[in-house]
Amino acid sequence: MTALHTKLLRDLARMWTQLLAAALVMACGVGMLTMAVSTHSSLAAARDRYYERYRFPDVFAHLKRAPAHLRDRLAEIPGVARVVTRVVAEVNLDVPDLPEPAIGRLISVPDRPPYGLGELHLRRGRLPEPGHDSEVVASEGFAEAHGFGPGATVNAVINGRLRKLTIVGIGLSPEYVYQVRPGDALPDDRRYGVFWMLYRELAPAFDMDGAFNDIAIALTPGATEAAVIARTDRLTEPYGGQGAYGVREQTSDQFLRNELDQLRIMSIFPPTVFMSATAFILNIVFSRLVRTQREQVAALKAFGYTSAAIAVHYLQMALLVAAIGSALGVLIGWLLGLHLTGMYTRFYRFPAFAFTLDPRAVLLAISAASGAAILGTLGAVGRAAALPPAQAMRPEAPADYRRTVVERLGVQRAFGPSGRMVLRHLERQPVRALLSLTGISLAAAVLVVGGFMQGSIDYLMDFMFFTTQRQDMTITFTNPASPSAADEAARLPGVLATETFRAIPARIRAGPRSRLQGVIGLPAEPALNRVVDERGRPVRMPGEGVLLSAILADLLGVRAGDTVTLEVLEGQRPVTTIPVAAVVQSYIGTAAYMDAAALNRLLREGPVISGAYLRVDPAASGALYATLKQTPAVASVTVKQAALQSFRDTIAGNILQMRLFNVIFAGIIAFGVIYNSARVSFAERAHELATLRILGFRRAEASGILLGELAVLTILAIPPGLLLGRTLAHILSNIMGGETIRIPAVVTPASYAFAVTVIIAAAIISGLVVRRAVDTLNLVEVLKTKG
Amino acid sequence: MPAPARAVFEARGLTKTYHMGDVAVQALRGVDLDLYAGEFVVLLGPSGSGKSTLLNILGGLDAPTSGTVRYGDRDLTRFDDAELTRYRREHIGFVFQFYNLIPSLTAAENIALVTDIARDPMPPREALDLVGLRERADHFPSQLSGGEQQRVAIARAVAKRPDVLLCDEPTGALDVATGVMVLEALTRINRDLGTAAAVITHNAVIASIADRVVALSGGRIASVHRNEHKARPSDLTW
Ligand SMILES: Nc1ncnc2c1ncn2[C@@H]1O[C@H](COP(=O)(O)OP(=O)(O)OP(=O)(O)O)[C@@H](O)[C@H]1O
Ligand SMILES: [Mg+2]
Repeated sequence: MTALHTKLLRDLARMWTQLLAAALVMACGVGMLTMAVSTHSSLAAARDRYYERYRFPDVFAHLKRAPAHLRDRLAEIPGVARVVTRVVAEVNLDVPDLPEPAIGRLISVPDRPPYGLGELHLRRGRLPEPGHDSEVVASEGFAEAHGFGPGATVNAVINGRLRKLTIVGIGLSPEYVYQVRPGDALPDDRRYGVFWMLYRELAPAFDMDGAFNDIAIALTPGATEAAVIARTDRLTEPYGGQGAYGVREQTSDQFLRNELDQLRIMSIFPPTVFMSATAFILNIVFSRLVRTQREQVAALKAFGYTSAAIAVHYLQMALLVAAIGSALGVLIGWLLGLHLTGMYTRFYRFPAFAFTLDPRAVLLAISAASGAAILGTLGAVGRAAALPPAQAMRPEAPADYRRTVVERLGVQRAFGPSGRMVLRHLERQPVRALLSLTGISLAAAVLVVGGFMQGSIDYLMDFMFFTTQRQDMTITFTNPASPSAADEAARLPGVLATETFRAIPARIRAGPRSRLQGVIGLPAEPALNRVVDERGRPVRMPGEGVLLSAILADLLGVRAGDTVTLEVLEGQRPVTTIPVAAVVQSYIGTAAYMDAAALNRLLREGPVISGAYLRVDPAASGALYATLKQTPAVASVTVKQAALQSFRDTIAGNILQMRLFNVIFAGIIAFGVIYNSARVSFAERAHELATLRILGFRRAEASGILLGELAVLTILAIPPGLLLGRTLAHILSNIMGGETIRIPAVVTPASYAFAVTVIIAAAIISGLVVRRAVDTLNLVEVLKTKG
Repeated sequence: MPAPARAVFEARGLTKTYHMGDVAVQALRGVDLDLYAGEFVVLLGPSGSGKSTLLNILGGLDAPTSGTVRYGDRDLTRFDDAELTRYRREHIGFVFQFYNLIPSLTAAENIALVTDIARDPMPPREALDLVGLRERADHFPSQLSGGEQQRVAIARAVAKRPDVLLCDEPTGALDVATGVMVLEALTRINRDLGTAAAVITHNAVIASIADRVVALSGGRIASVHRNEHKARPSDLTW
């Protein structure tokens, strides 16, 4: 080891708290990056493997009822490699441990696997066997939510008759990795389950013997999806086809893709913030290090050390910080990845899904860390390398102080000598002061961003469950019914109010874009299921035209005033061009609304309804549930309270957990920046402070100068920091918005207060450290060794 | 005493002008100076007369505005940065007024800093022997007195066995007794190792220990005086 290396280690040891603070901030960035990239590749790999091995289809279609031979016609479509037809039906379930009814999605399977597409992965138990009565394989999420194993039974209302289903196996399907009821935004494993049942049993129960109502298609390589979809639509149209769609509109895959997109954003946005913060901190620390070691550097050069050797010397120090940050960060990333993956396994069901640390992620993270370290120190290192050696012969010129603007304004009497020193120091080094100010502002901004999720989730819940959904329950009828059905519903026990709706399957086209999107017909002035505009004001159903939710309008690329083509996929299948009356607010999922009467007219039908929203007396809900479970005409029941609960338990819980990490990380940035600013400020002025102490200043007076400076900077930095945080939150919520969910950027006063509290806490703790340093200043030593 | 045959440096027509905004400061206004092998030269002169500027140019720390410096058969003023660095590394030992020890390194380590990159250095502890500080080898600068720090700095300068020692007010910050000790270290090295030395001082008394005394004034050489009888540092009083 050379003497220069010894110097390196001693300098490291002397500045370890500052460098550790930088390394910690860096570790957060490396951790986020490693976690996001690794989790992304783990999730994508799990998906790809699963899709391939269990033959995830490429095109899907649902229809009313088609004879079995249509399958051959479908198979003849150019580009179709394989067609699987099946019967799929949603039924009301009576689950013993659940007061309210649940919904089961029954899917037919042939007697023996393989099924051709969408193979089942059996976790436990066995497949249903021919000859045994009403055996099903239940989806894992549902079984786990109820603690069901093979042998458990649930009652299902199948085509109006109550039937006991025996669970013989627990399974998974690639079509239900994310198991959410199509049209719903959130999974609810307690109240929604998928069941696989033999075709020979399921088909007769729904009058589907020799027929099917659901299609899965695999494409040949190079086939054009759009062409196959169009041909499929044409073939299925006479049979009540509800529109074929590709993977992009497949619910489970959409959520998976959305998650992968978010992970990609997580691998860019937060690490960039952390790496910038690290570069910033290192910049402060190294600038001052090089400044105080000016004479040392000059002497080294006088002795014949090359500029390159000097640069390498300081870069080694920076890279050592990067190395520590990287090592720690990879560890953090690994733990976070494991944690996140563990969280994912509750939502995304794969036969095998394990977190693997992606070597590319580690490499990327280490490069980013080294890059940030080099970038942050480049200026200072360059200055050290360029320092003329003649400087070693000459002591540094005294800094050029002058009266400050504030003093020239004549208010100096308001400040004592200490106050004036604070002002002069701040004003003499405006760049440094501005840098510290920027750093603290950024820290405050990151804190606001890290914490804004809480407000957003609260807002989201309030919006979904109170502003818009004022009903307690939504029921749908097995078949479209006359308004009298609603009157009957109104007479059910505990029902306080009802509001009917009409729901139809449709495809909405706008130019080249199209979406399968059910349209809901509501009364002119909905009172229960309300639709609101961007400012949260209730929207009347337009006499003419359709209302599109914001996400849908974006996906279709239309705005209010544009027209879209509405293809109804039911009944006489009318096709009409219709104006977009308004774009309405929504955060989760897509929706299209019309005036119910207008919808009925479009369908050339009477005042037909599909279901009703109910307001219910909570005290009577037990009796109501019991009745509903036994009512064949009711196809499904959705209970708001249950959805709210499930939302709280799952999504909100997880997002808040991520928020906790954000907040911890943001706190580390805040401490890193403020602590280092304070330390540097101290180190630069240790000599001066020691002199003041020798001149008779008391400890408190001496440290007061530093603390005053820190306080001024902190207070000045907070307002712009909060503003910047708000802007960043908006940007983040915009880029995070996917097809399935949008997080509103709601920064509550509590979030601001939190950011301010952390910043002030960081400032106070840093202040205390600095004060201790001033108090224990070794006066003799400081004066003996200069700088 | 006959003039030594070989000149280490031959400086001719050196000028140096510093520009500070509109003001031009002429630090050197045409200096011719030779320094011979094994010679001990003292540079005297009032503050601002250009002593440090001259020494820095000779040591390859700074470049003159005009003029040449021959070192051996080469012209220093034509050296690029890399050549100057090599020149300093191989031939020159510096002693600064403010010692410029690295505070985070011990005395021995401070010397190692130079011997690490020298071609044929002496071991750091041997260099400390030359200045009588072997027992302080493991002490940090902050644990040494000013004179001790300066002796460590001298040991650091000679450890590489330089051809020339350039010292800018090595005793400037020291009291008499300590200054004498530092000067003794310098003269011993000059005598025993034959290292040429150029030492700047404000103190005319110190001039009596030199072979030759060069007085600068206003950026010019005012006089050159050869001492027939060199005094010993221990005889000095001031
Ligand atoms: N970097 C510089 N920029 C501007 N002027 C300089 C610089 N270095 C030296 N000078 C000026 O050049 C002149 C000579 O300076 P120099 O340092 O050589 O004097 P000196 O004889 O060593 O004085 P002292 O005994 O006080 O150290 C002085 O007037 C000084 O102000
Ligand atoms: Mg000088």
